[in-house]
Amino acid sequence: MKKTIIIVVIIVVALFMVYSLFKGTYNTMVQNGEQVDSQWAQVENVYQRRADLIPNLVNTVKGFAAQEQEVLIGVVEARAKATSVNLNAENLTEANMKAFQQAQEGLSGALSRLMVVVEKYPELKSNQNFLELQSQLEGTENRITVERMKFNETTRTYNTYIKSFPQNMLAGMFGFAVKPYFEATAGAETPPKVEF
Amino acid sequence: MNLATKFLLAPDSFLRRSFPFRSLITFAFLLTGLFLYAQIPEPPDPPRLVNDFSGTLSSVEVDKLEQKLRSYNDTTSTQIVVVLVSDLAGNEVGDFAFRIGESWGIGQSGTNNGALMLIKPKTERSRGKAFIATGYGLEGVIPDALAKRIVEKEMIPSFQQGDYYGGIDKAIDAMIGLASGQYTAEQYNEEPAGAWFIPIIIIILVIFLMKSSQNSNHIGGTKSNLPFWTALFLASQAGRSHSGSWGNFSGGSQGFGGGGGFGGFGGGSFGGGGAGGSW
Repeated sequence: MKKTIIIVVIIVVALFMVYSLFKGTYNTMVQNGEQVDSQWAQVENVYQRRADLIPNLVNTVKGFAAQEQEVLIGVVEARAKATSVNLNAENLTEANMKAFQQAQEGLSGALSRLMVVVEKYPELKSNQNFLELQSQLEGTENRITVERMKFNETTRTYNTYIKSFPQNMLAGMFGFAVKPYFEATAGAETPPKVEF
Repeated sequence: MNLATKFLLAPDSFLRRSFPFRSLITFAFLLTGLFLYAQIPEPPDPPRLVNDFSGTLSSVEVDKLEQKLRSYNDTTSTQIVVVLVSDLAGNEVGDFAFRIGESWGIGQSGTNNGALMLIKPKTERSRGKAFIATGYGLEGVIPDALAKRIVEKEMIPSFQQGDYYGGIDKAIDAMIGLASGQYTAEQYNEEPAGAWFIPIIIIILVIFLMKSSQNSNHIGGTKSNLPFWTALFLASQAGRSHSGSWGNFSGGSQGFGGGGGFGGFGGGSFGGGGAGGSW
């Protein structure tokens, strides 16, 4: 009789311990995941901010360099493509991330081509409106860099947590998947070449 | 074919196949991340708003700037931090500024009203660089364009003449002018408004404990020591009330700081706002 009581107590204690372990781990995973999601929203924000600047920029450039049709159309198209690729926080997978990054990089490339072309138009370069837009674009690029870095940091925290033992078993059970990082692009550090 | 050529020819499939290699790359990546982080100067202890790691300013100049920024912080809770470094360790000046701002937590955590002025003085071999980074909460009052104007119109002309103190001072004035009225210390005062009770309660408690300990057990020494400390404490409190207005009491934590650093950085966050220039 006494033995059964002891066994029951041990089982209850063990169950409780397992429960609290599950609970703690699960809740931490949820919290870390939420942080990644909210940081993702910030990333989308700054990319949106860049996209919002572009119509104005294109119009200003058009006023001085209308003959640069090709480059201007390239920017407009890249913008349309970049804004069409929406990625919700819950769909953050490696493939989706790649598509998103590719679209945004297409826009970065088109913009840098535009900035190279602009060099040929001193009038445009001294236009107050253009200078304003240029510095805004610069600031937006800075913000993109910072938010991307923060996203990678929060994602690293989350990924490290769910991949470590014993959380990795629970993560598998409850479907917490590894989230993708932003990857530095090849040649992103090298500025575009100016050709005359 | 060695590993490197394999990698060059078909990097993707190669990476997928050779797991150890891939994890090695990840590890190296993580390591560089840590390394980059290690280059950020440590937050000053005790916290200071003016940090000259390059030895450009004299200690009198540092103190003058510190006083100015500290009183501004006390009245508005807005933290403007000045950092001078002799080396950016290969980083972009803006990037370096954002990292310092973020890791030190300049500004208050709710409002993110911090700003960082990072200056790398010109040397014979390298250009001088300056950057004003604004926290999320100051991006509205000091937009990038204005930050750029401050750097170019207030800072660089003085810096070119070697007058670092003058340039920094003028830039601080400009920033204070822009940010004035945006944040007041009031919102932070509200909660600790009753904080002046706390010292009184503590004093009462100390006296009470003293009395009770005197009554219960007569240990030599405590009798003479405690009143001394209480008197000292009271004296320091009295000194404080003379030196400032009522607003000063709201500092809460400052009351116990022992005259040293200011309240400390509040955990503000930076999102890439600001602009810079070079000369």
